[in-house]
Amino acid sequence: MMIPTSHYLFLSLGLFTIGVIGVVTRRNVIIILMSIELMLNAVNINLVAFSRLVGSAEGHVFAIFVITDAAAEAAVGLGIIIAFFRNRETLLGDEMDLLKW
Amino acid sequence: MPAEYFLAHIWMIPLFPLAGAALMLLIGRRLPNSAVSVVCVGSVLLSMCFAFGAIWQLITRPAAERVVSFNLFDWVPAGMMHTNAGRVMDFHVPWGVLMDPLTAVMLLVVTGVGFLIHVYSTGYMAHEGGYYRFFGYLNLFMFSMLTLVLANNLLLLFVGWEGVGLCSYLLIGFYFLRKSASDAGKKAFIVNRIGDAGFLLGLFLMLGTLGTIQFTELGPAIAAGNFEIGNGTLTAIALLLFVGATGKSAQLPLYVWLPDAMEGPTPVSALIHAATMVTAGVYMIARTNAVFSMAPRALEVVAVVGCVTSLFAATMGLVQNDIKRVLAYSTVSQLGYMFLACGVGAFTAGVFHLMTHAFFKALLFLGSGSVIHSLSGEQDMRKMGALWTKIPTTARTFLVASIAIAGIPPLAGFFSKDAILGHAFEHSRVLWFLGFITAGMTAFYMFRLVNMTFFGTSRVDHEVEHHIHESPASMTVPLMILAVLSVIGGWIGWPESLGGSDRFAQFLSPVMAKAGGETAEAVGAVNAVSGASTEYLLMLLSVAIAAAGIWLASRWYIKQPEVPGKIAANFGGLYRLLYNKYYVDQIYDAMFVNRMKDLALTLGAFDNGVINGLGVDGAGWLTRFGSSVSMIWDSWIIDGLVNASAAIVNVVSWLVQMLQTGRVARYALFMLLGVLIFLGYYLHISGYTLQKLWHY
Repeated sequence: MMIPTSHYLFLSLGLFTIGVIGVVTRRNVIIILMSIELMLNAVNINLVAFSRLVGSAEGHVFAIFVITDAAAEAAVGLGIIIAFFRNRETLLGDEMDLLKW
Repeated sequence: MPAEYFLAHIWMIPLFPLAGAALMLLIGRRLPNSAVSVVCVGSVLLSMCFAFGAIWQLITRPAAERVVSFNLFDWVPAGMMHTNAGRVMDFHVPWGVLMDPLTAVMLLVVTGVGFLIHVYSTGYMAHEGGYYRFFGYLNLFMFSMLTLVLANNLLLLFVGWEGVGLCSYLLIGFYFLRKSASDAGKKAFIVNRIGDAGFLLGLFLMLGTLGTIQFTELGPAIAAGNFEIGNGTLTAIALLLFVGATGKSAQLPLYVWLPDAMEGPTPVSALIHAATMVTAGVYMIARTNAVFSMAPRALEVVAVVGCVTSLFAATMGLVQNDIKRVLAYSTVSQLGYMFLACGVGAFTAGVFHLMTHAFFKALLFLGSGSVIHSLSGEQDMRKMGALWTKIPTTARTFLVASIAIAGIPPLAGFFSKDAILGHAFEHSRVLWFLGFITAGMTAFYMFRLVNMTFFGTSRVDHEVEHHIHESPASMTVPLMILAVLSVIGGWIGWPESLGGSDRFAQFLSPVMAKAGGETAEAVGAVNAVSGASTEYLLMLLSVAIAAAGIWLASRWYIKQPEVPGKIAANFGGLYRLLYNKYYVDQIYDAMFVNRMKDLALTLGAFDNGVINGLGVDGAGWLTRFGSSVSMIWDSWIIDGLVNASAAIVNVVSWLVQMLQTGRVARYALFMLLGVLIFLGYYLHISGYTLQKLWHY
C-alpha cells in the first residue's frame, strides 16, 4: 500500500520543528547553523513528497538545488563565524548584537 | 522776419531769463564772473529786445486791435465742473500769454528797469561772494515776473506771483549767514503767504462764480451773469484778491515785511522791492478791474487802505536814519498812492504812477546803493553828509529822482501823482487831503535824505573818508539812463489841462474803458467833473506843499541842523512812536507771532505728553505686556504640547525598544510565532484539523 503524502509532511514538520527549536534555543552559532541544515532538509523532504504526489521530477530538481545551496551556505556561514571569532573571540549568538540599535 | 514776429513770440520773453537761471543754478559755480555777467545780463537784454519789439508792434496796431492772446498748451485740463450759478462748464487752464496795453506797460518797466539793474549789479556785486547765485536768482526772478505779467489767466499769474515771492525770499536772505537777513527773508515769505491765502480764495470764488479766470473773459462773464452793481459775491472776490495784493504790495496791515526786506543787496531792493514785484498787487487789481468796478464797496476799502497806508508809511519815513529804510517806507507810501488811485476807479492813474515810480524809485535805490558802495557799506545817514562833490554822478541823478518823487513839474512824479490826487479829489475830499499831506511829507523826507547824505557837513567816519570813490561806469550809466527816464517818463501822461493829450490814459483805455465808465456810475458819489480851474488849483497846491516840504527839509537839515533834535526832544512821545514804527512789529509779535509760538509750544507739550507719553509709550507698554502674556502661552501651552508629544513618543519607543533585543534568535522566534499564528488561523478558518490533515 501507498504511504499517504501527509505522513511525509508530518515527518518534515517534525524535522523542521527540531531545526527551529535548535535555532531559537541554542547559543552556539555552529549548532544554530546545523539546525538550519535540518530545516533545509525538512524542506527537501516536502519537495520530494509533493514531487511523488504530483508525479513529476521538478521537486527532485529543486531538492538538489537546495542541497547545493545548503553546501554553499554552510561554507559562507562557517567563514563568517571564523571571521567573527577572530574579532570577538566568541561563538555565542547572544553576543552577536551588532545590529542592536 | 514775418510781420508781427515779436507779437507772435512774446511767449519766449520769459524763457531767456529762465535759461540763464537754469544755467547759473546748475553750473554757475564753475563759471568765471565775466561769463556769469554775459549770460545773465545777455538773457535779460534778449528779453528786453523781444519785449520792446512786441510793444512797438502792438502800438503800431489800431487802438481797437491792441490785444494779443493765445494759449501755448493746456496746462490744467481738469474737466467738467459746476459753477455757483448752476451752469456746467469745461474747466481747463491753459498756459497762455496775453499782450495788451497794460501788459505792454508792465513789460516796459520789468524788462527795461530789470535790464538796467542787471547791468548795475555787475558793478555792485563785483566783489561779493556768490556772484553766480545772485544772478541766477535775479534771472529766476525775471522769469517769474515776466510770467506774472504775461499770464492770460489768474492761475498762471499766481504761478508768477509765487515765483517772485520765492525769489524775493531767496534774495532778501542772500547774505544768509547774517541772521537778520535770513529772518527778514522768512518774514517776507510768511507775511506774503497770509496775503496769498486771500488771493487763492478769491481765485476759487471767482472761478466758482464767473466760471472763468481768463482775464479777457471776465468782462463778458460778468455781463452774461447779470450781476447788479455791488453784488456781494463779486465784492467778496474783490476783497479777497485785495488781501493778496496787500501782502505782495506791502499795504496795511501786511506791509511789515518790506522795510525788513532791505537786508537784501541793494539792486534787489531796487528791482524787487521798489520797481517790479511790489507793484504786482496794483497790476493784479488793474488786471481784474472788471470785477473791482462791479464792487464799489471793495473799491472803497482799497482806496482807504491805500490812502491810510501812504500816510502811515510816510510818517515813519520821516524819522528813519537808515538810508534804505527811508526809501522802503517811501515805497510803501507810494504803493499806497497806487492803491488809492485804483480805489477811486482811476486804474490808469495807478498804473501810470506804477511806471513813473518804477523809474525814480529804482533810481533812488540804485543811487543809495552807489552811496553805500562808495562809503564801504555805511547805511546810516547820520554818518554821511557833504558827498555832493565826492560822488557827483550819483548825487546828481539822486537829486533828479528826489525831485521827481517829490512831485515838482515837469518831472515824472508830478504827472502821475497829480493824476491820482485829481481823481481822489473828485471822489472824496478827505482822501485827497490825506494824499495831499502825504505828498508834503514825501517831499520832506526825501530832501531830508538828500540833505543829510549829500549836503551839510561831513559826518563820515575818518577811516571811511579816504576810500570814498565814485562807482564804476557799469553802475553810473544805469543811474543816468534812469535819471533821464525819471525826467521824461511822465510826459506821455501830460494832462489835457496843460495842453497835452494824456496819451498814456488813452493807450490804456481799451483795457480800462469799461471799468472807468461803470465805476463813475457805480460809485455814485462822484462830483461833477472838475473844471479846469479846480485842476489848476490842485496842481498848484501839490507843487506848493512839495516845495514847502523841500524848503523845510533844507532849512532843518542844512541851515539849522539843531532844530530836528529840539523838535524830537519836545515831542518825545510822538518821535519815539514814529522812530519805533508805531511799535507795529512789537504789536504783531505780541498778538500773533508770540501767540503762534505759544500755540506751538502747547502743541509740542501735547505731542510730548499725550502723543509720546500716552500714545507711543503706552503702545510700547501694551506691546510688552502682550508679548509677555504671549510668552507664557508659548512656553507653557505651545512648548508643553511639543514636550508632551515628545514624552508620548518616548514612552512608546521605550515599550517598543524592549522588543529590540538585538538577538537574532529572538527575532527568528518572533518570526516563527507569527508564521504559526497566521498558519494556525488560516487552517482554523478553513476547517482543517490535525486529524483531517493526517489522512489528507
